[in-house]
Amino acid sequence: MNDNNGNTDFAPWEDPAEKPLIEFRNVTKRFGDFTAIDDLSINIYDKEFYALLGPSGCGKTTLMRMLAGFETPTEGQILLDGQDMAAVPPNKRPTNMMFQSYALFPHLSVAENIAFGLKRSDMPKSEIAGRVDEMLRLTRLEQFGKRKPHQISGGQRQRVALARSLAKAPKLLLLDEPLGALDKKLRQDTQFELMDIQEKTGTTFVIVTHDQEEAMTVASRIAVMDAGRIIQVATPDRLYENPNSVYVADFIGEINLIEGKAEPLGDKLTEIHWAEGEAPIIGTAPADLAKGTACHFAIRPEKVAISSERPETHANAVQGQVHDIAYLGNISTYHVKLKNGQIIKAQAANNRRLSRRNFTWEDPVWLSWTDTAGVILTQ
Amino acid sequence: MRRFTWFNATALTFGFAFLYLPMLILITYSFNESRLVTVWAGFSTKWYGVLLHDKAFLSAAWITLKVAVMSSTFAAILGTMAAYALVRGGRFRGRTLFSGMIYAPLVMPDVITGLSLLLLFIAIGMDRGVTTIVLAHTTFSMCFVSVVVSSRLATFDQSLEEAALDLGCTPFDAFRSVTLPIIAPAVISGWLLAFTLSLDDLVISSFTTGPSSTTLPIKIYSAVRLGVSPEINALSSIMILIVTVGVIAASLVSKRSIALQKADEQKALQQ
Ligand SMILES: Nc1ncnc2c1ncn2[C@@H]1O[C@H](COP(=O)(O)OP(=O)(O)O)[C@@H](O)[C@H]1O
Ligand SMILES: [Mg+2]
Repeated sequence: MNDNNGNTDFAPWEDPAEKPLIEFRNVTKRFGDFTAIDDLSINIYDKEFYALLGPSGCGKTTLMRMLAGFETPTEGQILLDGQDMAAVPPNKRPTNMMFQSYALFPHLSVAENIAFGLKRSDMPKSEIAGRVDEMLRLTRLEQFGKRKPHQISGGQRQRVALARSLAKAPKLLLLDEPLGALDKKLRQDTQFELMDIQEKTGTTFVIVTHDQEEAMTVASRIAVMDAGRIIQVATPDRLYENPNSVYVADFIGEINLIEGKAEPLGDKLTEIHWAEGEAPIIGTAPADLAKGTACHFAIRPEKVAISSERPETHANAVQGQVHDIAYLGNISTYHVKLKNGQIIKAQAANNRRLSRRNFTWEDPVWLSWTDTAGVILTQ
Repeated sequence: MRRFTWFNATALTFGFAFLYLPMLILITYSFNESRLVTVWAGFSTKWYGVLLHDKAFLSAAWITLKVAVMSSTFAAILGTMAAYALVRGGRFRGRTLFSGMIYAPLVMPDVITGLSLLLLFIAIGMDRGVTTIVLAHTTFSMCFVSVVVSSRLATFDQSLEEAALDLGCTPFDAFRSVTLPIIAPAVISGWLLAFTLSLDDLVISSFTTGPSSTTLPIKIYSAVRLGVSPEINALSSIMILIVTVGVIAASLVSKRSIALQKADEQKALQQ
């Protein structure tokens, strides 16, 4: 890598010299005439925590199963460490999978479940018990080694599944919605535990999830999928700040979308004409757009300021009326109705006590934002 | 609502009488002193003693047991394999036809099965004896095993097998060390079913038997044609006893394992 202070952020995908650990080259998977994965190409690098995010049925599990070797691509290639995996059966791949249903062997104890893969590896018999203990310690299951899977709780089962899939120290660990069955609190704890374990073991993780918060929390990069295709791959913050499409913007967090026609002002500054009789919105386009291009202006609620007077400083300001207020404790979300009927959400921190809140229902207010606060999307 | 009424009581009495009166009479007369079956002449266990010294009956019993053990074992193996192939084989052309064909012998009249097997053995010039009976019993009982095992496999979580493959098992190793231990209860009950079917089969055995391989049902049947004897009653009583003990034991074992599992799960929930 090109860092010389040894402390730069982990970003192998920005280094053209770095070889990916996994490479999908134009992979297509069809079940009959249904296309589950459509001409998909991605690179995943060593030690990454890579999240596949998308709605149910978009092909996340199928992608995972092709990596594990349970499905073969209809077209295209999957390379692991530069080697084509097509002819390698699941039991010969240096990958392990943590199943959505955990798939613990009910007839074996927790320790035997963890030892299962080790017994089938070339690890000497004498070292297996030590490795099992190490895994039990890592997942805080020391007291449960002798129990059967049905004698432990859901959260413990999930940790057994993790320990079992990590025991063989795979190059790549596949996690299919690993936390789906846990309640919210346990889930958040486990997310941090997973990140911790990933760091300790230095394993590359690919995690499937349909929960955007989970993906944002754990992942080094997120691939947003829709209907068998990758829409955008980026770090969580870039995905949030610079979505490349309405789909991604809408999928990750809350966002206001205003539809309009672009009119470039030069230097990437662009005016968006969005309603009769309203001043155009000034924003920054990723590239110069042709005049009249249909586009969306997308802005996060927390980047919209709300005030009773028209602010002088911001490039954009529109007038509206408070339609609804969602009080969330630390913040409030104001739903403001514009003259054309569109609702825009603005978020403000509740620095003051509720009784001294500035705005209430039906109040006329101004919404404002700078020319770099939002993004212009053409897809 | 469960309520005791005279109607219920009567229905119950008649139902049970219908089922068990014949057996009760049979058992009672097996302890009859007299050689005449229908005349009660006092209590005696002498017919059981006679039975123990009857060489022909003992050898028939031994053959029956041998045939039942061998054929039910083969049936368990073949039936499990067939069920596995049909449930796991994916959707291949003619799969419906194949699964239909596996289950057809269930409803095939025994006479037809027996006759067709006899013709086959004659055609390939096979001497009839214990081997042919074992083959015949395996043939008709493996579809029962297959039914029992495939209904278990249908609810079996396939990701368990995939997990085994993922952890380095070959497909055969995955079957042996994960699938088989989990479906074992179904295979065992299939085996028991095949065993009892073989024990009391008369029709197919008579078609495929040879001169030196008389099974117990054949022996009983031919003896009864000369008249019912208290000896036969004693023998039948013993068979009833064996079957009863077996059935009760099997149901106790399965009840116990369910209860244990429930208790374990309760314990896990409370933590
Ligand atoms: N073995 C299969 N046969 C036919 N269709 C399948 C099979 N596996 C998955 N699919 C279809 O492929 C699509 C993607 O499935 P999946 O990868 O499980 O989605 P996700 O995990 O994102 O919810 C779904 O529409 C599903 O019905
Ligand atoms: Mg899935």
